[in-house]
Amino acid sequence: MEVLLAIMVGTLYASGIYMILRRSLVKLIIGIILLGNGANLLIFLLGRIAKGSPPIIPGDSKVFLEAYSDPLPQALILTAIVISFGLQSFAIVLVKRAHKVVKTDDLDEMNATDEYS
Amino acid sequence: MIEQLVIYPLITQMLLAIVLMFFWSRIRWQRVVSIFGSLINLGVAIWLFVTVWQGGTLSIQAGNWEAPFGITFVADTFAATLVLLTAIAGVAVSSFSAGSVIPARLKFGFFPIFHFLLLGLNGAFLTGDIFNLYVWFEIIIITSFVLLTIGGEKAQLEGAVKYFTLNILASIVFLTAIAVLYGLTGSLNMADLASKVAAVENRTLVQVNALLFLVGFGIKSALFPLYFWLPASYHTPPSAVSAIFGGLLTKVGVYALIRVFTLIFEVDPFLQNVLLAVAVLTLFSGAVGAIVQNNIRKIFSYLVICHIGYMIAGLGMMTEMAIAGAIFYLIHDIMVKTNLFMMSGVIYKIKANHNIRKLGDFYADHPKLSLLFAIPLFSLVGIPPLSGFWPKLSLISEGWFTENFIVIGAIIFASFITLVVIIKLWGEVFWKTGEKLPEVRNFPYFNKLTNIKKTQMLAPIILLSIVSLYLGFGAGNIQNLAERIAFELMDNQEYINTVLSK
Repeated sequence: MEVLLAIMVGTLYASGIYMILRRSLVKLIIGIILLGNGANLLIFLLGRIAKGSPPIIPGDSKVFLEAYSDPLPQALILTAIVISFGLQSFAIVLVKRAHKVVKTDDLDEMNATDEYS
Repeated sequence: MIEQLVIYPLITQMLLAIVLMFFWSRIRWQRVVSIFGSLINLGVAIWLFVTVWQGGTLSIQAGNWEAPFGITFVADTFAATLVLLTAIAGVAVSSFSAGSVIPARLKFGFFPIFHFLLLGLNGAFLTGDIFNLYVWFEIIIITSFVLLTIGGEKAQLEGAVKYFTLNILASIVFLTAIAVLYGLTGSLNMADLASKVAAVENRTLVQVNALLFLVGFGIKSALFPLYFWLPASYHTPPSAVSAIFGGLLTKVGVYALIRVFTLIFEVDPFLQNVLLAVAVLTLFSGAVGAIVQNNIRKIFSYLVICHIGYMIAGLGMMTEMAIAGAIFYLIHDIMVKTNLFMMSGVIYKIKANHNIRKLGDFYADHPKLSLLFAIPLFSLVGIPPLSGFWPKLSLISEGWFTENFIVIGAIIFASFITLVVIIKLWGEVFWKTGEKLPEVRNFPYFNKLTNIKKTQMLAPIILLSIVSLYLGFGAGNIQNLAERIAFELMDNQEYINTVLSK
């Protein structure tokens, strides 16, 4: 399972970076979404995967008796997902506006602010 | 109960932002509430600073969860100083925005978003939890996106596409670094991480992780190969927005770098060399970028990049005095860069142009304003005894003691180029007989504004100039402050003990 997830994370990062390096605005957004998901899965993976051992202390004891899965990574991922959802929605609207105003989808032609004047 | 004081700056900014949302379309009220609220926040920040200065580091555990498990907020001298500087810049920019930003932009929630940005900045300075730092960074970038694009001009949207792509990329790198750090240590509390990272056996992974943090924060603080988003976007929004961005946003990245590399990671010689090389190249490329530009705000954007190099050089040398120099420069830079962008805003309001080739006659037309503007410009260059001079003195002398002669060369080169740039700017904008600029229709020219608006625009420049003058003439006090901060950073036991309440 870990190996599978690791390959998955690597694929997501690689394809995300590839997409960001393309010239199209839409592919830029897709790249950012893929990278964000890759990072979330990475947190999940690095929190150590333990199957079928919820972090619940039995009623008759005060401490954990056996190994349990760490609940914190899931809280972190949840936060990260919400944040990236907000950022991505903003990004999509921004790209739509930018496309409408600049009238191009090609990032190489969006260079008015970099030009020497 | 005095620990509660740590979160008061956050609460004031958040309440202020929420209250402002209730005045959504009543911009007249928004202006008043924003300025007075910022003044209250300044009071709170001074209170926090004085308390920390006299009583030492404060910390508070959110929800009373004990230290390594809950989210911690810590105010050591470094954080308290930066909160104070943010509050001063906040008052200045709030007043400047009230005077200079056109109502069409204010109607779309400029002020609430501005105060959410300040909330994010305060949070980033005060938090003691690395994941919480990520969340504050996200608050900072999402609000800065809105401030950058508000108004929706073509240049703004183009700049914003670059700004947002690279900043989101930085956040993802930062998040990856946090994931690896959590996988290595199982902790997120920065004070706790300090001992746990040192105990990790896999040193290579720790080094790679440190470099991930360097890249993540490096993009945010516009270090050498990662700065291209900055000159593409900082000159596009209204000057008030550029002022808060130029003054504070990149400095948060520097703050995070200093914090992470003094508290969590031990800087080994390899990392030290990376930091120094990056610092030298940043100084060089920022300076060369500034000298060829003609747009006044682009010049300042490149100078922002250039001067980040001083602080990173101080961090790279990693001695107590060098870090004190970096801190002093940080304090000086926040005040002066905010002031410069506001100054460019006033010049734009008077002349309706940003191009220094076309500007001119400023000294003949406005001698008093020119005299006022000379203060931040000369402070930036660091003509003794103004504020830019003293930190460079510590940096160069430390460079001499640690035998980093290339760094000394780069510092002198960058200072010299800054001087050339400012002389060029002074000659072109203030002394030259300019060509007659065509009257722009419907442009809110400075002399057509009401007296209240003129005051709102000039008062913050005067305020920050006075602060800059104090930083220069009261350099002894600031040096004491910087040395104390550097001492606390290098000997982080007080921080760790306060957080973990040992």
